[in-house]
Amino acid sequence: MNLDFTPEEERFRAEVRSFLKAKLPARIADKVRTGKRLQKKDHEEWHAILHERGWLASHWPPEYGGPGWTTAQAHIFDEEVSLAFAPRVVPFGVSMLGPVLIKFGTSAQKQHWLPRILDGTDWWCQGYSEPGAGSDLASLKTSAVRQDDHYLVNGQKTWTTLAQYADMIFCLVRTSTEGKKQAGISFLLIDMKSPGVEVRPIITLEGEHEVNEIFFTDVRVPVENLVGEENMGWTYAKYLLTYERTSEARVGAATASLAFLKEIAQTEKKGGRPLAEDPLFAARIARVEIDLENMKTTNLRVLAGSGSSAAPLELSAMLKIRGTEIRQELASLARIALGPYAQPFVSEALDEGFQGTQIGPDYAGGLAAHYFNERKLSIFAGSNEVQREIITKVSLEL
Amino acid sequence: MLAETLGRFLQKRYPVEVRHEISASAIGWSPAHWTELAELGVLGGLVSETAGGFGGSGFDIAAIFEQLGRAMAVEPFLGTLMATRTLATVGGHDGLIGDVLGGASILAFAHEEPASRYDLTDIAAHARRDGDTWLLNGGKAVVAQLEAADDIIVSARIAGARGEQGGIGLFLVKRSAPGVAVEAYPLIDGGRAGELQLVDTPGVLLTDDAHPVLEDVVAAGVVALSWEAVGIMDMIKATTLDYLRTRHQFGVPIGKFQALQHRMATVALEIEQARSAAINAANALQGDRPKRERSVSAAKYTIGRAGTLVAEEAIQLHGGMGMTWELPVSHFAKRLVMIGHQLGDEDHHLARFIRFGQAA
Repeated sequence: MNLDFTPEEERFRAEVRSFLKAKLPARIADKVRTGKRLQKKDHEEWHAILHERGWLASHWPPEYGGPGWTTAQAHIFDEEVSLAFAPRVVPFGVSMLGPVLIKFGTSAQKQHWLPRILDGTDWWCQGYSEPGAGSDLASLKTSAVRQDDHYLVNGQKTWTTLAQYADMIFCLVRTSTEGKKQAGISFLLIDMKSPGVEVRPIITLEGEHEVNEIFFTDVRVPVENLVGEENMGWTYAKYLLTYERTSEARVGAATASLAFLKEIAQTEKKGGRPLAEDPLFAARIARVEIDLENMKTTNLRVLAGSGSSAAPLELSAMLKIRGTEIRQELASLARIALGPYAQPFVSEALDEGFQGTQIGPDYAGGLAAHYFNERKLSIFAGSNEVQREIITKVSLEL
Repeated sequence: MLAETLGRFLQKRYPVEVRHEISASAIGWSPAHWTELAELGVLGGLVSETAGGFGGSGFDIAAIFEQLGRAMAVEPFLGTLMATRTLATVGGHDGLIGDVLGGASILAFAHEEPASRYDLTDIAAHARRDGDTWLLNGGKAVVAQLEAADDIIVSARIAGARGEQGGIGLFLVKRSAPGVAVEAYPLIDGGRAGELQLVDTPGVLLTDDAHPVLEDVVAAGVVALSWEAVGIMDMIKATTLDYLRTRHQFGVPIGKFQALQHRMATVALEIEQARSAAINAANALQGDRPKRERSVSAAKYTIGRAGTLVAEEAIQLHGGMGMTWELPVSHFAKRLVMIGHQLGDEDHHLARFIRFGQAA
């Protein structure tokens, strides 16, 4: 298979770079580069800039507002935005609900909800996990009982990322207890402002507020907000897993992290020389760089859908496992590179407009916190244990 | 005996909720608890009998720090150990040692610098004679519990170039001395540290041949951190086993899944290896230099590698719950990983181990 990009594709890369240079606000890129906290308005500002260019919903079909890119173009775009320190697009509306509505929604639902995702009117969050339903998601219990023109929803969701910003939530809810647990799940759209919806923060180990618990008490949801058919929700959730099969590898993010790590390793000193020249640290970087190069090609093989006897599902699970391991290793190496300065943690220094004293280099403040936060990568979005189970059962058939 | 007494005290007076409170407080340590610990006689375990304590051996240090690890205590024990050991070695400061052991005075130990990256000889801070006293200039980095200290022991160069073992001095500096500036901050794993700036600051010379003292004192510090890590790892193992037994998914406790069982077995194995490395280091602390340095570096390397593995597995085996502030395990994991950034990391000690092996 041909691994080189065509001249046309390289021209596209140049076009993306020039767009980023002109339109990505330096203030936002700097925050991402130095690990500072992004606020809701930063995400909204960047989404609006992408949407204006027509590049927000990069994976949607053109008839719904997507740019109609080839897989190579999507890959190039993903890499370039990461290298430029653009914030990652919040995926729940654009990359998750959007494709589900496009594939399974009614015309009325598409016409209503899709533009509001694109223009930022609705900030979406995802209601999947529950305290008793983590890896065993199908055992979820949040119930939706049909009563005339609405569903009555009761239950609890957890790990809902950025629910504190959200206008809407798409939920997997139980509409039947008959038969297999997967067969009684529906996909429901719920207004976060509905009476009976309560959001409580969950503080993560590094001290940040990124995820939440959501309690539903007798929440009335119009039946028009059911997506697809009742009791077919598990199918739609599985469709999402295969829809963007390379997204969890986040090759672009890993490439940007590696470049950043190498910069840090040039700036940090050991024995008066750059840390990058220390044989032990150079070996650490080399090992993860080789791993990443290998994974980039695995990623391209999945994108190309050819040149391998492995089933796509297996490759997708492999990408998720190795992609997250690589990103965790990169976060670990960045922490290690700081030496003693990994320990200081001035929380306020990660906010915009901090005027206090900087401790250590300007990139240091959030790196240990980032390392601890990234431990979630091997747990969320289908834990790496579950992914190995997929390889074992579906591909290796053991 | 001391270990049991200390362990019981910490269990009662330093549970996790109290640890969180103290760690998040403005000063990041607890004078009240420190006074109680001094009254308990714990601090004397860090110092040899000849200097007014009753311990000071590798295994005395080990026993104390293992308990401190189990409680994730953020109190200024490490600085106390390294500073009193310095004073005991150079002699002539029994009064100050006595004050420290009684809880009346707190000491910090400032030997690292912003660019030194764990190298004891990479010192830019310098000292010059000024009549009867010495004047110190320079900056020291990430000094544990610096703000809590009444006095600070500082390494500064008297003569020679950066990187040379000769010409290094250790000085006693009063926190209240002219020219002292402290910028203190919280640490991601709890407690606080600070940056120290000295401008023509007067200091008392403790020794002008500091390198051997520094090495010994850092060795003692590594023994301490190794045992703090062992204490943490034992707590992590217990809490993770509990989670594997009680968390149900797919209709069974997740500890029934062989994949997780084997990983937990590996965690148990690594903890025992780490404990053995810590025993070797504690044992070698009293011995001759090459053996001591190799054991100490072997231990710190092991604690770094095994500690990170145990910490990361603990979080992973707890699933999403391992990512929360709410559960103690995530805080044990954070402290365990960050021990790997104090007194030399894995790579620093691996290189030292190799060097000392080649010299032997």
